[in-house]
Amino acid sequence: MGRITLDKVQKAFGEVEVIPPLDLTIEDGEFVVFVGPSGCGKSTLLRLIAGLEDVTGGQIRIDGNDATSVPPAKRGLAMVFQSYALYPHMSVRKNIAFPLRMAKMEQAEQDRRVQAAADVLNLSDYIDRRPGQLSGGQRQRVAIGRAIVREPSAFLFDEPLSNLDAALRHGMRLEISELHKRLDTTMIYVTHDQVEAMTMADKIVVLQAGVIEQVGSPLELYKTPRNLFVAGFIGSPKMNFFDGAEAAKHDAHTIGIRPEHLTVSTTEGMWKGTVGVAEHLGSDTFMHIHPEANPSETITVRVGGEFSATHGDTVFLTPASDNIHRFDADGMRMG
Amino acid sequence: MATQHSRSAARIMMAPAVFLLLVWMLVPLSMTLWFSVRSYLPLRGGDQGFVGLENFTRFVTSSAFWPAILTTLIIVGGVLLISIVFGILLAMLLDQPMWGQGVVRILVIAPFFVMPTVSALVWKNMFMDPVNGLFAHLWRFFGADPIVWLSDASVFSIIMIVSWQWLPFATLILLTAIQSLDSEQLEAAEMDGANPLARFAFITLPHLSRAITIVILIQTIFLLAVFAEIFVTTGGAFGTRTLTYLIYQRVLESQNVGLGSAGGVYAIILANIVALFLMRIVGKNLDR
Ligand SMILES: Nc1ncnc2c1ncn2[C@@H]1O[C@H](COP(=O)(O)OP(=O)(O)OP(=O)(O)O)[C@@H](O)[C@H]1O
Ligand SMILES: [Mg+2]
Repeated sequence: MGRITLDKVQKAFGEVEVIPPLDLTIEDGEFVVFVGPSGCGKSTLLRLIAGLEDVTGGQIRIDGNDATSVPPAKRGLAMVFQSYALYPHMSVRKNIAFPLRMAKMEQAEQDRRVQAAADVLNLSDYIDRRPGQLSGGQRQRVAIGRAIVREPSAFLFDEPLSNLDAALRHGMRLEISELHKRLDTTMIYVTHDQVEAMTMADKIVVLQAGVIEQVGSPLELYKTPRNLFVAGFIGSPKMNFFDGAEAAKHDAHTIGIRPEHLTVSTTEGMWKGTVGVAEHLGSDTFMHIHPEANPSETITVRVGGEFSATHGDTVFLTPASDNIHRFDADGMRMG
Repeated sequence: MATQHSRSAARIMMAPAVFLLLVWMLVPLSMTLWFSVRSYLPLRGGDQGFVGLENFTRFVTSSAFWPAILTTLIIVGGVLLISIVFGILLAMLLDQPMWGQGVVRILVIAPFFVMPTVSALVWKNMFMDPVNGLFAHLWRFFGADPIVWLSDASVFSIIMIVSWQWLPFATLILLTAIQSLDSEQLEAAEMDGANPLARFAFITLPHLSRAITIVILIQTIFLLAVFAEIFVTTGGAFGTRTLTYLIYQRVLESQNVGLGSAGGVYAIILANIVALFLMRIVGKNLDR
């Protein structure tokens, strides 16, 4: 079980209110991702749930029981830190066994669980090494191993992959998703990586300055962003925004069109422009286009496959009319 | 060729310093070695020639030798124990955020800047004096008979005085080590269910092990040579005669330079054994 409810949870460091009162429910077995720009309070929120910070106000409930003033160890949660926080003077085996040892579990049971965790995470080959003798990815696995042996009711991850290179990150992403499927335990995962959020989450929580901007499945957020912030934050490359005359045509204050919802043609289209930078990735081509009407602006376009255009070429853009997002003067979604 | 040129230029420029250091070290060392094999009694006939290893055998067979070694070890061990235990406690205390942290830290370091002779005299006259000392007043306040510290608890008194001087050093080194401890490790341990005592034993203490070995290494080398504190307090009486003090007595009180020099050679050997032993431990700790 691992249903976590935040009820008007609030956090201030001295005078500074980092998290204004906030409500959130995380269902049992859900994979929830907190995303948001740097400094928006993702880590703080996670640490509040973990019990490493005291709430300034509000209530945290775990499986219906008030856990607000329960010490971290008694909450039944396990955390994986960004720095891994492995104990450098202990072997991998001892690191993983540490929570069990602290719980005064029987030695035989400890060994069994450590072995099981090592098997799941492919740690057996270096179980007697120290963390200093491991690569980043291996350390990451040890940190996860230390979390799973306790069989917690929920896992908390704070940017666990940000210290890894791109290839490893991809691999670990899959491993963590797989682990979630296998254990079927609640996971709360903090990241500012788009791809991690979109690919891993059952539910994404978008935060800005401690405020929840939107909660929803990755596709919900992609298809129906509630406001300009979410629209701009979710999706890569970023959504293009237009206001003024173009927006007025659609009866809105601002309209947004994702780069993949614009079609490019060299002969005809709605808007004329010149190509600024074209990024050819092979699988995709990203073009940054300066519209003729307003050359200081940049429109980003994504074309699947190769599109031969270079700097200075003239192209025409046409938005897919059913994929235009409309926002009012307050930046909220319309219609 | 520039590198070779600059390398030889560097050598030439370093030469005077190296030369000075060598002379500084080698002259006293070779003089000690030279006198240790001669019978040299300045007031009783001067240099009376080569006597082989006689000084060495006489030094160790003297009834004062083994007690002096024992006293030395007790004092060194006692001071190490006190300065490390209290050093860790103080360092953890000073690591807590508090008002006036900067001033408090400087105050804690202060005893280190007091000359050994001065601090020993202050302790002897202001604290340990059986009539007017602060301790005597304290004891009388509680209705007890004042302890005559420097004769009844002489070795312990010396340990206290020397510890007072070395505690700041240990605290300083241990404080910097504590400050470098990753707080996420402590938080991880907290989440893993470790209580404060277990966090100290399993996280903080192992993290400090390197700093502790360094403190032991450096302090031992200096503590083996403690002299002024004994000289101005007990004058080597009441079982406070250390190896260093014994050598001093042989040379200056018995006016036997040869015998004292032999003792000096023993002290060098002892210090080197200790240093070698400690270097091993440090090396092992640094490998991690
Ligand atoms: N102990 C603290 N004392 C005072 N302010 C703090 C403290 N910890 C965090 N803050 C402030 O709270 C805000 C949120 O910090 P937090 O670490 O939660 O951000 P984050 O979303 O995790 O950012 P990042 O993506 O960079 O990790 C920041 O403005 C930070 O300066
Ligand atoms: Mg963070």
